[in-house]
Amino acid sequence: MTLGFSLRRFGAVLYKEFIQMRRDRITFGMMIGLPIIQLFLFGFAINADPRNLPTLVEMGDNGPLSRAVIAGMQNSSYFAFKGAVSGVGEGEEALRRGTANFVVVIPADFERDVVRGNKPEILVAADASDPSATGGAVAALSGIVNVAIAETLTGPLAQQAGSAPFSMVVHREYNPEGKTSTNIVPGLLAIILSMTMVMITAVAIVKETERGTMEMLIATPVKPLEVMLGKILPYVFVGYVQTAVFLAAASLVFGVPFEGSVWAFFLGFNLFIVVNLALGFLISTAAKSQMQAMQLSFFTILPSILLSGFMFPFAGMPGWAQFIGQAVPATHFLRVVRKVMLKGGEVADVTGELWALLAILVVIAVIAMLRYRQTLD
Amino acid sequence: MSEPLVIDVHGLTKNFGPKRVVDHFDIQVPKGAIYGFLGPNGSGKTTTIRMLCGLLTPDEGEGTCLGFDVRKQAEQIKEQVGYMTQKFSYYEDLSIRENLDFVARMYRLDRRKQRVDQALADLGLADRQKQLAGSLSGGWKQRLALAACLLHEPKLLLLDEPTAGVDPKARRDFWDEIRRLSALGVTVLVSTHYMDEAVQCDFITYIAYGKKLIDGPSAKIPEMVGLETWRVEGPDLAGLEDRLLKEPGVVQVARFGTVLHVSGTDKPTLEATVERLKAEGTHRWSLQVAGLEEAFIYLMTGARDNFAGDGGGSAPGTVAA
Repeated sequence: MTLGFSLRRFGAVLYKEFIQMRRDRITFGMMIGLPIIQLFLFGFAINADPRNLPTLVEMGDNGPLSRAVIAGMQNSSYFAFKGAVSGVGEGEEALRRGTANFVVVIPADFERDVVRGNKPEILVAADASDPSATGGAVAALSGIVNVAIAETLTGPLAQQAGSAPFSMVVHREYNPEGKTSTNIVPGLLAIILSMTMVMITAVAIVKETERGTMEMLIATPVKPLEVMLGKILPYVFVGYVQTAVFLAAASLVFGVPFEGSVWAFFLGFNLFIVVNLALGFLISTAAKSQMQAMQLSFFTILPSILLSGFMFPFAGMPGWAQFIGQAVPATHFLRVVRKVMLKGGEVADVTGELWALLAILVVIAVIAMLRYRQTLD
Repeated sequence: MSEPLVIDVHGLTKNFGPKRVVDHFDIQVPKGAIYGFLGPNGSGKTTTIRMLCGLLTPDEGEGTCLGFDVRKQAEQIKEQVGYMTQKFSYYEDLSIRENLDFVARMYRLDRRKQRVDQALADLGLADRQKQLAGSLSGGWKQRLALAACLLHEPKLLLLDEPTAGVDPKARRDFWDEIRRLSALGVTVLVSTHYMDEAVQCDFITYIAYGKKLIDGPSAKIPEMVGLETWRVEGPDLAGLEDRLLKEPGVVQVARFGTVLHVSGTDKPTLEATVERLKAEGTHRWSLQVAGLEEAFIYLMTGARDNFAGDGGGSAPGTVAA
């Protein structure tokens, strides 16, 4: 009777936690409001595929083909033509000052060279200081050019259209649609969950120690496991609510598809929530005040944003950074979410990520339990 | 020893890092007694109480609390001990009833609603049961804390400075309650800084720097300390006080309103000094029975010098309770 897990006591801790959660209006608001604000801020504000980039043009040739290329670029909405330049120096100056992101140079006798089959080059000088800002536009160029060719080189000139009559260097870095929210929004779920879950759990537990209620609690016959589960489960529930809100907003507001298996998503997301709660619990064993718990939680959030592949492409990071990134739970959850939502992944496609999450969970939980026993004394 | 011992521990020692907070502490508390636990701040009272109720594992020492081993049977001890922490340790964002309800469920008590209702009625808080505990005044918080730690009808109460910051009326009510419980057979170990509370205890133990200095029935404490005290009345007490402290045989001069209590342990020397001053005829001198106050002021000021090197911390004339 005296030893062993008591469902009743566990239930009492759980119930108490829900009451406290409800009374703490600010935290409760934060749990529901913050994810929505983040979703909208990041979803709309982060745009790795900006449009209407200021563009200047140097027209060395003014024939119908040249005009068709310019019109096609304008219609793509990536390029906004602000005017003409004459000479290389003027174009370079504009790029350097940042008044233009692109300078398009159409060489003299462009159209004649095309007709003669000399394969002339159109130079697109792009401001490469922020590659992600211009990448989308550069990638879209080839499509634009093809359309211009198809429209203009008709009749006797049609034979030239088949064999690339002029060239442009194109870096295909983004998907052809170039819709950033599709990519960013699923990633945001990983960030939002790690941010709120880790921090709220850590703070909720440290609060007991800081206010002295932990001393009363451990003076009763309650078991550490009952306290731990009773305190953590309400936040699992919060994680469910956050995810539900998120999925609804992603689908209704941002039109993000959900192509893959619900099961794969469900497994990944439950595992990820538990990993984050365990991490929060671990932080709570180290932090002496709620303030410290907040700060420590923030430490774990930075790698989740920077090294997980959310902000920057994972494959683009140096080896050591990828190594650290592998230890970040958000890295694996991010892949699960993107695979499932965007690429139609099934459970079999995400087993690697699930195992990785499980391994991280075991390590964190073991350290947390060991430390929790020590702090009781 | 007619009554069985509720607490019987020997050599309890606890270190926090290099600092020895409690140093070979012994205590024997008989059933139904009110045992006062005195000592300056930071002397190890809270740590000792935590070891007794199983919140901390002692580094050395052994013994029993309610018949259970303090080292191995913390679970069983917790079931039967009511521990009231120094700082209010219930949930300020839960209502009074919710707090009591929560505690009742921690102990898995039967007839929970009935017990909580009864506790609320006893407290006189039945009509304010939905108020948040955080909005209560210090005195009410203390009453709530006591009610909460009595819910499971413990056999032993460990009270850690329960009346700190509580007004005199509430303190008196609190002690009435403690005496009532003691009469019902509940054993009480209570730490305090107040002399008027120490007087209410059946036994007193005094601890400083982690070592026990004295332990015995409260009525015998002054005798055990071995002080002789003279009472002085007259003009310019402040001047006299300074002068007395330089005289031979005078260990301590304490002022109580318009009189001075002059004490010393070396009776012949003190008496010689008093005779000499009496001859001046400016002040009225009378010998009086040394009280607990003098004894404790003496212990607090002189503790280290007088007892530290002397027989591993046991005070002269220590008697087992």
